[in-house]
Amino acid sequence: MAHGPATLADGWKAYISRWVFTTNHKDIGTLYLWFSFAMFILGGAFAMIIRAELFQPGMQLIKPEFFNQMTTMHGLVMVFGAIMPAFVGLANWMIPLMIGAPDMALPRMNNLSFWILPFAFAILTSTLFMEGGGPNFGWTFYAPLSTTYAPDSVNYFIFAIHIMGASSIMGSINIIATVMNMRAPGMTYMKMPLFVWTWVITAFLLVAVMPVLAGAVTMMLMDINFGTSFFNAAGGGDPVLFQHVFWFFGHPEVYIIILPAFGVVSQIIPTFSRKPLFGYSSMVYATAAIAFLSFIVWAHHMFTVGMPIAGELYFMYATMLIAVPTGVKVFNWVTTMYKGSLTFETPMLFSIAFVILFTFGGFTGLMLSIAAADMQYHDTYFVVAHFHYVMVAGAVFSGTAAIYYWLPKWCGKMYNETMGQVQFWIAFIGFNIAFMPQHFLGLAGMPRRYADYGLQFADWNMVSSVGAFIYGGAQILLLYNVIMTIKKGKPVSEEKVWEGAEGLEWTVATPAPYHTFEKPPEVK
Amino acid sequence: MTTQASNRSLLIKLLMGAVVMFGFAIFVLPPLYDLFCEITGLGGKTGGQYEAVNVEVDTSREVAVRFVASNNAYMPWEFRPTQDRVVVHPGEPTEITYYARNTTDRDMVSQAIPSLVPNNVADYFHKTECFCFENQPLAAGEEVDMKLVFIIDPDLPESVKNLTLSYTIFDITDSVASSATNPVSQLQ
Repeated sequence: MAHGPATLADGWKAYISRWVFTTNHKDIGTLYLWFSFAMFILGGAFAMIIRAELFQPGMQLIKPEFFNQMTTMHGLVMVFGAIMPAFVGLANWMIPLMIGAPDMALPRMNNLSFWILPFAFAILTSTLFMEGGGPNFGWTFYAPLSTTYAPDSVNYFIFAIHIMGASSIMGSINIIATVMNMRAPGMTYMKMPLFVWTWVITAFLLVAVMPVLAGAVTMMLMDINFGTSFFNAAGGGDPVLFQHVFWFFGHPEVYIIILPAFGVVSQIIPTFSRKPLFGYSSMVYATAAIAFLSFIVWAHHMFTVGMPIAGELYFMYATMLIAVPTGVKVFNWVTTMYKGSLTFETPMLFSIAFVILFTFGGFTGLMLSIAAADMQYHDTYFVVAHFHYVMVAGAVFSGTAAIYYWLPKWCGKMYNETMGQVQFWIAFIGFNIAFMPQHFLGLAGMPRRYADYGLQFADWNMVSSVGAFIYGGAQILLLYNVIMTIKKGKPVSEEKVWEGAEGLEWTVATPAPYHTFEKPPEVK
Repeated sequence: MTTQASNRSLLIKLLMGAVVMFGFAIFVLPPLYDLFCEITGLGGKTGGQYEAVNVEVDTSREVAVRFVASNNAYMPWEFRPTQDRVVVHPGEPTEITYYARNTTDRDMVSQAIPSLVPNNVADYFHKTECFCFENQPLAAGEEVDMKLVFIIDPDLPESVKNLTLSYTIFDITDSVASSATNPVSQLQ
């Protein structure tokens, strides 16, 4: 067999073996990205079912029990199946290229950390076909809903969460080891691209909190099957303890989702502004500050649980403090664009939309952080709108930007720019039509996680559903554009795809060869 | 050290970090949470048995204590306080009872779990005797008046004039049967 990766021309067997046994960081990155897109479509399908049911008041299409499973599965699949693996995929592809390493530090563990993921989601999704249905207790799976009152399939859910956690921990250890040990000579920490910086900080967060999530589901498992009473008041436990443990994981988790997204736009905005990133070192320190603060603010998710006033005040002020480093970042992105030679290719459009909409979502987060006001906002659609502004317009927009930005480097072919820009505008408009009205619904008092609503909420729900369908359609266009690029895209001739792009990843040939930086590059 | 060796040592360190965090979640956080609630008196969990000390009864103050009973969803017993409300002076021991009847045709064991509102004054509510300190077995159809003796601490903040003590009764027949030494009663 010829040296290099097996292609379809070598036969199916060799081709499948290549992907199953691969230890190549680019192959594994590709696997992660395709898997996460598949999960994105699956989670999106769940969202479409939710919005179709909520199109009109009353029960139209599905039963309330199934609606609860849809909201739960939508959250779980999007967070653990779509967003997190997508950024791990980008990390696998880009981090070795960006720091001049030949591959990830622990390539065989890299293979393992990807290949257990499809099993985790097969297990999780299979619960929908079981008697009693899949998980129906919300993606935050509060006890006792997820213990005493859970469907029997909860044990499958727990096992799936354990596998996802193991995968994330292995992936993060790999990233930390790669960044700490595999940098090219001369690539000091403060020369690393910001995407690498945000990812290494994210990886430390993951190693610290994914085991806490594993601990939470293990305690659930023991409460359900082995007669312990961690979260069971009858045995001297406390359901509120579950919320503390969960959010001790959960709040760092939301930064795990958003920090790599920060990294992506910090690469893209300088490229299309044709200026270096403004305030590089302050970006690094701001990222580290956000990561540290994420550990000490968890109880702002549970203001209504009956905390003493001192606790509410502490968590309120600590939460507001996060706005400071985040503000530093937004300031730096805007200042990078200031007086730059801007062009508006698709990745840049998504990045600018990211900055605007993420800031908007950050402000609603500040509103929610006010403990007194949160009593009103808690568990309403205002919260749903808030976290979709930061997760979808934040993480998903930046992930989409990353695909458009690096796809020409990956496959050596240019995507269709017009189609990309059309896709951006459909996504941008659809997203805002879908989620802007949810702010109004929440402020008017519509609670989240219900299959039905009062008649006064009917109009905005219909608008929101229409927007959601538009946004969903935009993703199909993205998929089509990517496939057409790979199959029939116009070849890119220069190594630097983008005129203003800087960094080691643009110095390798286009398309990026299977093996790169076997000899470490010189970093000045 | 070669890159491979330093990768391996970093892998081991980080894996150990993950294991430590897992242990932290299961073995440290729950006791820490209980300890925090106990020290601050939060969560409405009243304490264990109280050794009565001689304090002067503060006859100038009156505190109304209301009693509430509820059944866990899986608990069919009849369960209620025999009096809805008593007015007491701080420092004065008071005895009240809760009534329970096993309405089923099988022998069962119950455990009552207390909760006090407002939940930040649990430290000022002392129980010298309480049915909640131990589990309560009842044969099929049997009934019982269960005793509670409490003292309100004279240091109770002036602003508090009403207390509500709630008991929820749970069916623990299965877990008592499965463990000879019952951990539940020790917790209370």
